[in-house]
Amino acid sequence: MSTLIAITALGVVCLLFEILNWRKAMIPFTILGLLGTLGMTVCELVDENIGSFYNNMVVVDAFSQSFSSLFIVLTIFLIAMSHNFYQHHQAKISDYIAIKIFLLAGAVAMVSFGNLAMFFLGIEILSISLYILAASNRLNVRSNEAGMKYFLMGSFASGILLFGICLIYGGMGTFDVAEIAELSHSAELPIWFPIGIILVTIGMFFKIAAVPFHFWAPDVYEGSPALTTATMSTLAKVTAMATLYKLLCAMNADVNHAFQITVVVVSIASMTVGNLMALRQANVKRMLAFSGISHAGFMLMALLNLNHAGGALLYYAAAYALAGIAAFAVILYVCKDNDNEDVTNFHGLGKTNPLLAAILTGALLSMAGIPVFSGFFAKLALFSLTIKSGYLFLVIVAVINSIISVGYYFKLILAMYTKEPNQQRNGTSMVYYGVAFASITLTILLGLFPSLVMDLLG
Amino acid sequence: MGNVLNQIGIENYIFLAVILFCIGVFGVLYRRNAIIVFMSIEIMLNAVNLLFVAFSTYHQDAQGQIFVFFSMAVAAAEVAVGLAIVVSIFRNLGSIDIDNLKNLKG
Repeated sequence: MSTLIAITALGVVCLLFEILNWRKAMIPFTILGLLGTLGMTVCELVDENIGSFYNNMVVVDAFSQSFSSLFIVLTIFLIAMSHNFYQHHQAKISDYIAIKIFLLAGAVAMVSFGNLAMFFLGIEILSISLYILAASNRLNVRSNEAGMKYFLMGSFASGILLFGICLIYGGMGTFDVAEIAELSHSAELPIWFPIGIILVTIGMFFKIAAVPFHFWAPDVYEGSPALTTATMSTLAKVTAMATLYKLLCAMNADVNHAFQITVVVVSIASMTVGNLMALRQANVKRMLAFSGISHAGFMLMALLNLNHAGGALLYYAAAYALAGIAAFAVILYVCKDNDNEDVTNFHGLGKTNPLLAAILTGALLSMAGIPVFSGFFAKLALFSLTIKSGYLFLVIVAVINSIISVGYYFKLILAMYTKEPNQQRNGTSMVYYGVAFASITLTILLGLFPSLVMDLLG
Repeated sequence: MGNVLNQIGIENYIFLAVILFCIGVFGVLYRRNAIIVFMSIEIMLNAVNLLFVAFSTYHQDAQGQIFVFFSMAVAAAEVAVGLAIVVSIFRNLGSIDIDNLKNLKG
C-alpha cells in the first residue's frame, strides 16, 4: 500500500517542481524517489508484510510486491532516458515525467487490486497515460495517428472489459475479488459469470496485443515516439499480462476445459503470426512490435498452469522487459537524429560503436532464447511447467517459433556487423550507454541466478 | 424500485444493455467521423452503466451504483484525452475523418 501512495505522491511532487521552476533537479530527484520506493517495496516483500487495505480495495502480497518492484525498475530506466530524449522539449519535461509516474501508479494498482473497481481504475490510469504519451509528439502526423488508433482500440477494449466486470458483478453480487473467488467454487453459477470472464479476458487480450486482437500494435508502436514505444512494449505489456494472470487465478478460470483450449489456440496463434510477420519488417520498432506479440503468446502459456506459474511468469516478464529496455536504449541512441527507425540506420554499428552493438546483440539473443541470457532460462521454466500440465504439442510449437524468431533477430545483428557504416555517429550520450549496460547486466545476472526471482513466488 | 424490476425482469434489462452495447460497437466499426466514433464509445460505456444500476437493484446492493460513478469519471477523462488528440489531428490534417489516418502500414 505504501508503494502506491509513495508513487502517487512522487508524481504530484513532480508537478510541483514545474511550478517552482526546478526542472533541472527533477530527473535526479525522481530517480532517487523511485529508488527509495523500490527499497521500501523490496523490504515489504522480504518481510512478507502482507495485508489488505481500505476494505480489501488494495491487497498487498508477494505477487503484487514482486511485480511492483519490477515495474519500478523499468520506470527508473525509462525516466533516466527521458532527459536526452526530450532535450528539445525541456519546457514540458515535468509533464512527461509526471505522466510516466502516474502510469507506474496505475501499473502498481493493477497488480495489487483486491476489488474489481481498483482493477478498472488501475487499467484506465495506465491506458489514459499511454494515450497521451503516444500522441505526445503533436506536430507529427504519425504520432497523432498512433495516438488516435491506440485511443480508439484502447477505449473499445475498456468498454468490453467494463461489460465483463458488470456481468461478473451480476453473477456474484460483489466486486470483492476474495469473495468472488470463494463463490466461484460453488456448483451452480449464473451463466453471466462465465460470460463476464470471457469478456474481461478479451479486453485484456487487447491490452497485451495477443492474436486476434493484435492489429493495432504494429501501427501504434511504429508511430509513437520511440521512448513511448519502449514503455508500451515493456512496462504496459508486462503489467497487463500479470494482471490477467492474477485475475484469472482469483476467478478459478482454469478448471474449465474450454477455457484452456482457448488459451492454447490464442497462444499458438500469437506466437506464429507474430514471428511470421516480424520476418518481413524493415522498421525496427515494427519488428519489435511483432516480436512483442509473439512474446505475449509465450507468456500466455502461464495461464494454463494457474496458481503455480507465478514465479515463471515473473521471471519471463523480467527477462523480456529488461532485454527490451536494453534494445530500446540502443535504438534511441542510433535513431535520435533520424525520422525513421529502419534497419539501414543500424548498418556498421559494430564498427562505429562496438559496445552498443554488443549490447543490442545481447538483448536480441536474450529475446530469442539463447543460453547465458535470462531469456533462455525463462523459456525453459515456462516450457517445463507447460509440459507438466500436459500440453506437449504447445511446447513443440513454441520451440519451433523460438527458432523462427532467431531469423529476424539475426537480420538486425548481421546488419550491424557485416554492412559498412553509412553515417557518422558522433556525440556519445552517457545515459543511453548507462541504461543499456545496466539492463543487459541485469539480464545476464538473472540468467546466472534464476532462483533469485523464481523463488519469490512459489 | 424492486417492484418495477420484478415486473420487467432482469433479463430484459440485460437485453436492452446488450442491444445498446452492440449499437455502440457497430458505430465504432462503421462510422468514419471521429466525433461520432467517440459518441459510439460513450454509448457502449453507458449501456454498461445502465446494466450496473439494474444489477445493483437486483442484488439490493449499493456497490454497483458506486461503480457507475467511477466509470463515468473514467469515461470523462478518456474522452478529454481523445478530444485533445482529435484537435491535434485537425490542426495537422484539416479533417477528422479517420480514413485519412493511413500513414502507418506494412
